[in-house]
Amino acid sequence: MRTAFGSALAATALLLGGAYGAHAAGHGEAAVQLKEGAGRELTASRCVICHSLEYIPANAPAMDHAAWQKSVQKMRERFGAPITDEEAATILAYLSATYTGKT
Amino acid sequence: MRRRELLFGTAAGIVGACPFAAAADDGRGGTLAAVDMLPGKRPLIRHAFRPPNYETPLAQLQPPFTANDSFFVRYHLAVIPRLDPRAWRLEVSGTSVRRALSLSLADLRAGFEQVTLAAINQCSGNRRGLFTPRVPGVQWGHGALGNARWRGVRLRDVLQSAGVGADALEVWFSGADSAVLPSTPSFQKSLPVERALDESVLIAFEMNGAPLPHWNGAPARLVVPGWTGTYWMKHLTAVRIEPKALDNFWMKSAYRVPAGAFAGARFASQETPETVPITEILVNSLITSHSAGARLRRGAPAQLAGKAWDNGSGIERVEFSTDARQSWRAATLGRDLGRFAWREFSLPLDTSHAGPLQILVRARSRDGSQQPDQLTFNPSGYHDNIVQSVALEVS
Repeated sequence: MRTAFGSALAATALLLGGAYGAHAAGHGEAAVQLKEGAGRELTASRCVICHSLEYIPANAPAMDHAAWQKSVQKMRERFGAPITDEEAATILAYLSATYTGKT
Repeated sequence: MRRRELLFGTAAGIVGACPFAAAADDGRGGTLAAVDMLPGKRPLIRHAFRPPNYETPLAQLQPPFTANDSFFVRYHLAVIPRLDPRAWRLEVSGTSVRRALSLSLADLRAGFEQVTLAAINQCSGNRRGLFTPRVPGVQWGHGALGNARWRGVRLRDVLQSAGVGADALEVWFSGADSAVLPSTPSFQKSLPVERALDESVLIAFEMNGAPLPHWNGAPARLVVPGWTGTYWMKHLTAVRIEPKALDNFWMKSAYRVPAGAFAGARFASQETPETVPITEILVNSLITSHSAGARLRRGAPAQLAGKAWDNGSGIERVEFSTDARQSWRAATLGRDLGRFAWREFSLPLDTSHAGPLQILVRARSRDGSQQPDQLTFNPSGYHDNIVQSVALEVS
């Protein structure tokens, strides 16, 4: 898994450096920081492969534990995110504890 | 501070300044998207850096046609190559094609009649951020739509040039943008063959008299007037004529609504007993001249203005109420910009009495449909076309 993830990250870096690079670098995506909490680094490192991190706080008002569970599942099963079962549990726990504000 | 008021202020104030606006409370306990710039665009409301999702601020929805550099940007996938228009090719193929074609932009321009058509492009999820209860997805406000003059060739002419087999069921579309991971489903969409052969559907390479902006699908995109933006494939590279239904995440799982919940064209080959694809845009309207909380000077002449639109049936009338739905009066409709475009409307405001002024506006389509008072909830947050209410203050 670590190897697969490594290649995915490398692929991301390659693609960002090519097709998307100037834009991503010039517009401060890297400035988006997730809130403190157990699992933050893992969550950030996996989610950022495919999308910038503000998708997480932006969706918080629509999310509860069940919604995050569905979302993590969708990213893994539908979008092929390289996340192990163990990692998924940590990510879900972090998101549920940190970005839940369903109204 | 109300949401739209803030957006107005921020959008106006940010030009030439630091492109990063601090996030702010949206008045509902959430965080308001920041305003910043994509290369080639004016400051837009940023929902996400990557894949880029940027909304047009209300102030920039006031002109009859939405400027190319203000037009909203919506992507699912993060790898968005800048295509060389001279090297670009459109591949027309498929199981039900008689003669596969590979066409350059020059081939399209030279080989087919060029037509210009005014049409709104509205994201299926426009206003999702206003849903109650909230639903996941890009939390769009009112600005995931715009009106433009699209110029290109008819998809029908290209399909007929290739030859549409009698067994054709759908036409499938792919664009050049792709996902970071090979395991992520490519963004491909389809249309029923009848709709693909409708004379209004274009392969467009110009928008408001200029080449398509990169972020709106350069060098060529699909224009499907009357249908929501999900079908308007950007950076179009491949068209397939097929005898079967496209089976992928973007057709079978995403962009679907509960069966029977909404009016709109059928898409029979993609329907299940539970859900159907979103298809046509519902009748809707938006006040663009004033944002909630705007102050009017007592006794001074004032006019409210906005836009109304539908699936291309044409707007029959726009009405407004200032007495909480007890009575409705007709707004004045602006000139007809084309049946797939939005229709401008305006109405006088009575500023003789100081105090709050609540304006409700509702549009009615020539197909008999009218904006409802109540939201029809659906899990993906589509089709919010409820009557808009804007609170102003006369003082």
